[in-house]
Amino acid sequence: MRPLHSLIVKIPCGEMDMEKTKPVKKKRSKLRAYNNWGYLFVAPFVIAFLIFSVYPVLRTLYLSFTDLKLMKLNGTINFAGLENYKRVFTDKFFGRALLNTIIIWGVNIVTQLGLAFLLMMVFSDVKYRMKGLPVYRLIYYLPNLIAATSIALLFSNLLDKNYGSINIGLTQLFRTFGGHYKLIDWLGTKWPARLSLSTIQTWMWFGNSFLMLMAGVQGVSRDYLEAASIDGAGRWTIFGKITLPLIKPIMMYVAITSLIGGLQLFDMPYLMIGDTSQTYKHTQTAMMYLYRFAFGAKTTQVAYASSVAYSLFLIILVVSVIQYRLFNRDTEKRRHRDRR
Amino acid sequence: MRKNKHTLGYNINKTILYILLTLLAVICLLPFLMMIVNATRTSDEIVKGFTLIPGTALAKNWAVVFKYFNLFKGMWNSLVVAVPATILGAYFPAMAAYGLACYDFKGNKLIFWVILIFMMIPGTLSLIGFYQLCAAFHIINTYVPLILPAIAGSGTVFFLRQYIVSSLSPSLIEAARMDGASEIYMFHRIVIPIVFPAIATFSIMGFIGNWNSYMLPMIILNSPQKYTLPVQLVSLRASTDITQNYGAIYLCIAISMVPIILVFVTFSKYIISSVSAGAVKE
Repeated sequence: MRPLHSLIVKIPCGEMDMEKTKPVKKKRSKLRAYNNWGYLFVAPFVIAFLIFSVYPVLRTLYLSFTDLKLMKLNGTINFAGLENYKRVFTDKFFGRALLNTIIIWGVNIVTQLGLAFLLMMVFSDVKYRMKGLPVYRLIYYLPNLIAATSIALLFSNLLDKNYGSINIGLTQLFRTFGGHYKLIDWLGTKWPARLSLSTIQTWMWFGNSFLMLMAGVQGVSRDYLEAASIDGAGRWTIFGKITLPLIKPIMMYVAITSLIGGLQLFDMPYLMIGDTSQTYKHTQTAMMYLYRFAFGAKTTQVAYASSVAYSLFLIILVVSVIQYRLFNRDTEKRRHRDRR
Repeated sequence: MRKNKHTLGYNINKTILYILLTLLAVICLLPFLMMIVNATRTSDEIVKGFTLIPGTALAKNWAVVFKYFNLFKGMWNSLVVAVPATILGAYFPAMAAYGLACYDFKGNKLIFWVILIFMMIPGTLSLIGFYQLCAAFHIINTYVPLILPAIAGSGTVFFLRQYIVSSLSPSLIEAARMDGASEIYMFHRIVIPIVFPAIATFSIMGFIGNWNSYMLPMIILNSPQKYTLPVQLVSLRASTDITQNYGAIYLCIAISMVPIILVFVTFSKYIISSVSAGAVKE
């Protein structure tokens, strides 16, 4: 930030020249007066931020060390130390929910990033010079904007075993080719349900990842690529030496933001596979587990739910750091080599 | 002349690539197409066969939907939440961003760092504490908890601050100050017009986020006449009147998507550029 007083001093001001001893002090106090306006501008935000962001986070932290059961405010609260955390990390249902989340997210992130990466390669290829990017990216991005609730309801109808259009369509398709299609219960069996959820996530998010990667590639001027191409660099050399290093930080950014969102996955599985379904135990995510204890009608254990929230945060933090390290391993190695 | 340079293989490959890209676009749109087609068919037709040719039962399905569900009420409620939240979520964070960028006061750096830390904290952490806060203030089942927290949009403050630092020249502010403009006047007449493109982008994304939000309204609101559109849409699953009629369900879902698609069509340029901008900034 450029300090404001440097500007003030530069401004020629006839009156000030007359008294040479005082101005410095005067200017400074005047400047301080201006700077105090900063408090006024920041105040509404800071107040709201303290109330709606800082307090809830600290309150949740505090609750996670207590034994509070119900959401009620007037209940007695006793300190419980690390009991809740012990329970989180030994509860096999939490482990199961976490595993479900990681499977659903993991399959999704691989396909989503892979697809976005392929698309980026196609659209940034120096030889083919594909056209129509503005139209394609609009279409690819569209599913990302629609509310997760609408998408979840749409797919739970389309994927229904008996009346869903996807099974009906597949049956018709097989029949026209003389085959027989055995109805798949997309949301009612373990793996189809998990993979359906991952696929829907990919469908919703690959356009977003593609846009981000493309933004990174478009940061390089086409002239660079053409110059390299004229100098005799093949398209794979150009890709490996120019494009790839450029988008690596963006890949990491996409992977980490997707992780933070993915481990909090809630709307889609919660709405598509209810707790009476047989597949519930294979698709219950960590966030659904938390929700059950925080707001479930008969299962409320607020303090425990709070510790689940913080445990989830710790896990996200650890995995992000690991991801960051993995992505930067090559760079670090190279730096190390260069130093030697 | 240049065209002749390309071999046959090149053209074939390029055509295949276009076909694949178009196929992917079709996959993106197909579920929506199936939804629209099914919204115009009766339950019997939907169960009997798959087609992409629209049926004739749209009016009948429409009548069924609006007999039990006033989706326009849900849309109105969503609007009542999303519009004030968007305006507050743009105005006050812009103000704070300006304060942080252009005034050198004590605690400036501290606020900036706290914002940065809170941007990385997932929403899960505040959920329970936030609910208790709302209970303490007796604002459960009102729109207040859905609107007011927009003022604390730390992400918006962060990005707008960066934008102001890079695009607003301090000498402009200084000149206005010399001319006797008040600080508040300068914010409204100089700063806002200059950073307006960034504010607009954030507002559109903020509006979409507020409009689509499900978990918080579901937790906070408990009387059906206050439900926002996503919560209302989910509640229809429990209604046996409508779940028997598949066409009507598809129609409900389709109607729920119309507003956001209108927003997308109108502001697609801003939306696409904001997604791209987020990536480059990091």
